Amino acid sequence: MTSERAAITSDHAADIDRHVRVYIIVFVALMALTIITVAVSYLDLPPAMAITVALFVATVKGSLVACYFMHLISEKRLIYAVLVITVVKFIALMALPAFTHSNSYGIFE
Amino acid sequence: MEIPYTVEVRPDTGLTNGKIGIWLFLASEVMLFGALFASYILIRAGAPSWPRGDTILNVPLATFNTIVLITSSITMVMAWASLMRGRFGTFRMYMGGTILLGFVFLVVKYFEYSHKLHHGLFPSTNNFLAIYFTLTGLHMLHVLGGMAVNAYFWGPGSKLWKTNPVWFTNRVENSGLFWHFVDLVWIFLFPILYLL
Repeated sequence: MTSERAAITSDHAADIDRHVRVYIIVFVALMALTIITVAVSYLDLPPAMAITVALFVATVKGSLVACYFMHLISEKRLIYAVLVITVVKFIALMALPAFTHSNSYGIFE
Repeated sequence: MEIPYTVEVRPDTGLTNGKIGIWLFLASEVMLFGALFASYILIRAGAPSWPRGDTILNVPLATFNTIVLITSSITMVMAWASLMRGRFGTFRMYMGGTILLGFVFLVVKYFEYSHKLHHGLFPSTNNFLAIYFTLTGLHMLHVLGGMAVNAYFWGPGSKLWKTNPVWFTNRVENSGLFWHFVDLVWIFLFPILYLL
């Protein structure tokens, strides 16, 4: 038991210290981006612009969480493969309403 | 029978079984929330008019909750980092903080929901509230689920640290992956429902 624990601490201690510094930087960035998102919403931008900015900032924040807190920046290939399939299917799912929209929009006009 | 590849990685995947398991689960979660995001786009695009979230919902409360969840993500990752450094006491402190922040999120959500319901704003009132309650309700269930798993690792599940610290650290990393996913979903829900 003790030897296993010792293995964890000695092998990765320096690595972990570096990671922790990155986590704190990411945390500060996430806080700043949250304030930016809310501040931009008070600017009353045109809807298309507001949606673009809000989704862009959310994507940056989401990527920071995924890459650093979820360690995707240095993950194994199999997990990347799973996520590539997921992303492709997610994009298809998001595109579905666009097709439906173009076919049925007229009935709301 | 012992569960295989909990500590050492499986040669063909290069991963522990728990790690690939949680990522496959998260992939299915992406599709679950994706279906609801697609529904949101469809309902909104088809609506003759759509309210801006901040005319119905409380933006300062949701901003506070966003900060709470982001903070809980860093305490979660620090809990795992503490185990990697072999510091069980620090792990307990950070994990406790993560659970507490999840609880704060739920309390704020309770006030938000009850305020809506007291003012006669129900899921059946309009499409905006229907999708708002569905998306935030499902997300809230995820917060509850994550808290339950984290509470287990903070309490009874932490006995594993004494017998197999590497396995315990891996389990905490996996529960962390779920918790960060819950944070990630909120990062998108917040602007979509409250700000646009």
